[in-house]
Amino acid sequence: MKITGKVWKYGDDVNTDVIFPGKYTYTIKDRAEMAKVALEDLDPEFTKSAKAGDIIVAGKNWGCGSSREQAVSCLKERGIGAIIAKGFARIYYRNCLNEGLPIIVSPEAVDAIEAGDEVTVDFDAGQIVTKKGTFPFPPYPEFVRGLIEDGGLIPHVKKSLGLS
Amino acid sequence: MGKTFAEKVLGKAAGYEVKANDVVTVEPHFCMSHDNAAPIAKTFKKIGVKNVWKPDALVFILDHAVPAPSDEHAVNHKEIREFVKEQGIPHFYDVMSNGGVCHQVMCEEGFALPGLIMVGSDSHTCTYGAYGAFSTGIGRSEMAAAWATGKIWFKVPESLKITVTGKFKKGVTAKDLILKIIGDIGADGADYMSVEFHGQGIADMTVAERMTLCNMGIEMGAKNAVCPPDEKVLDAIKGKAKSDKWEAIWADADAIYAKELAYNLGDLVPCVAKPHTVDNYAAIDAVKGTEIHQAFLGSCTNARIEDLRAAAEILKGRKVAVRTIVIPASWTVYRQAMKEGLFDTFLDAGCVIANPGCGPCMGNHEGILAPGETCISTANRNFKGRMGNKESFIYLASPLTVAASALTGKISDPREVL
Repeated sequence: MKITGKVWKYGDDVNTDVIFPGKYTYTIKDRAEMAKVALEDLDPEFTKSAKAGDIIVAGKNWGCGSSREQAVSCLKERGIGAIIAKGFARIYYRNCLNEGLPIIVSPEAVDAIEAGDEVTVDFDAGQIVTKKGTFPFPPYPEFVRGLIEDGGLIPHVKKSLGLS
Repeated sequence: MGKTFAEKVLGKAAGYEVKANDVVTVEPHFCMSHDNAAPIAKTFKKIGVKNVWKPDALVFILDHAVPAPSDEHAVNHKEIREFVKEQGIPHFYDVMSNGGVCHQVMCEEGFALPGLIMVGSDSHTCTYGAYGAFSTGIGRSEMAAAWATGKIWFKVPESLKITVTGKFKKGVTAKDLILKIIGDIGADGADYMSVEFHGQGIADMTVAERMTLCNMGIEMGAKNAVCPPDEKVLDAIKGKAKSDKWEAIWADADAIYAKELAYNLGDLVPCVAKPHTVDNYAAIDAVKGTEIHQAFLGSCTNARIEDLRAAAEILKGRKVAVRTIVIPASWTVYRQAMKEGLFDTFLDAGCVIANPGCGPCMGNHEGILAPGETCISTANRNFKGRMGNKESFIYLASPLTVAASALTGKISDPREVL
């Protein structure tokens, strides 16, 4: 799997309330509607014009805060190809794997990438190709690869129970 | 070699010896969901399993928007009631006077128990560590999968040991301790870790104070936070344990920790977390005089009877200068506060009392802020937009500091009015 996309770059400690505001948690149920309000409290430009295949690059502790899975669903539904960060909050990290949204921890790549750059993530080779060089990342463990290949936890569980 | 709490409790659940960074699959003892039980039920149905693995392991507590403030919330609650009926789930706390904020109810009703594995579709599920449980927040898909399979995987976390000694000075509380710790180590300072609280300072604390500490473990990125299951905990669960699987488990004295910290309670001062991050610590002197428009005494962090008593002590015989919203954490707390005359104190002071629930804590209802407004709150998060409007500002503080600030309309030092 290989993804090439335009970068949206953010700082440290971006929390789930700004990725998907709490006031929508019970008023927006449709995933396409979730995608429309993604990041609206942080970056109205993203909310307006992010495209499928774009890549989010962020500082440390991306996704801290609530267990709110919509903060992943809204980006997945928007078509975000990958999130590269210096670090992820634990629940957010698990939610990404469970939604089948690829995420990569690479502080070096984050420092080298600027907003608006075009970046390629090659998951098979384990490489992030940027204007300022190529950064390797360790391949996902087999278990996680299985989750992402199956399209997330729910299809994965279905498959493991022989229900798909 | 000694083991940490996480290594012991997860090893016991897995049925074999484990160490930090091993991956285990375990069966949770209780799975808690609140208003999000409805979307989780929808995801559960997508899996194609007809029945949940163990109906009496599921606990549903409506709290995020109760009673329903809108069509959407009403439909959401209705879907939960239908699922409860269909699946025969016995532990359901509807909009009734045995409910309240989910984490408070889980503790009051005897679900939070030493040595249990507990998961919740809410990040503050780590609160039950005050009762010696291994409890952690998970997402909706994971919860749906847990309902279907009765299984969940965990990486055995490395542990952070925080040793607490000394005694609080007047006007300083457990909230000031946890805000100081988070300020020191940062919002990701305990990322993926199991936080263990040790020491005489913790032994001297009430279970309610320990709930405040463990509740905010997630605000430093922790997987779980836990205190020793001592006599105080055993007293608190006496006669009401909802499971007989519990066991008082605690770390060995020679356990290996990834990191160790020490705090002396006597060194602490009243403090706040400034907007918009929980680790934005400021001692009270640095923010004293900041104008506020609303004071909020509520949430799963600090709305227990002990918190209401502490605030009432300051408000008694005085008047608030700004709108002050009091939301007891549960109907049990509400009833107790009423019995003790605390409501007379709050009402005489000019406060508004709302029904138990999460209220304005995550911007649902009962105290949303307007653009440009500032709130001082006993809750656990001050993120941008948290209380509904992204142009507003939230300061987190103890019930004492919130009450003192309510009196002046400015962030105030509780030591000056106690």
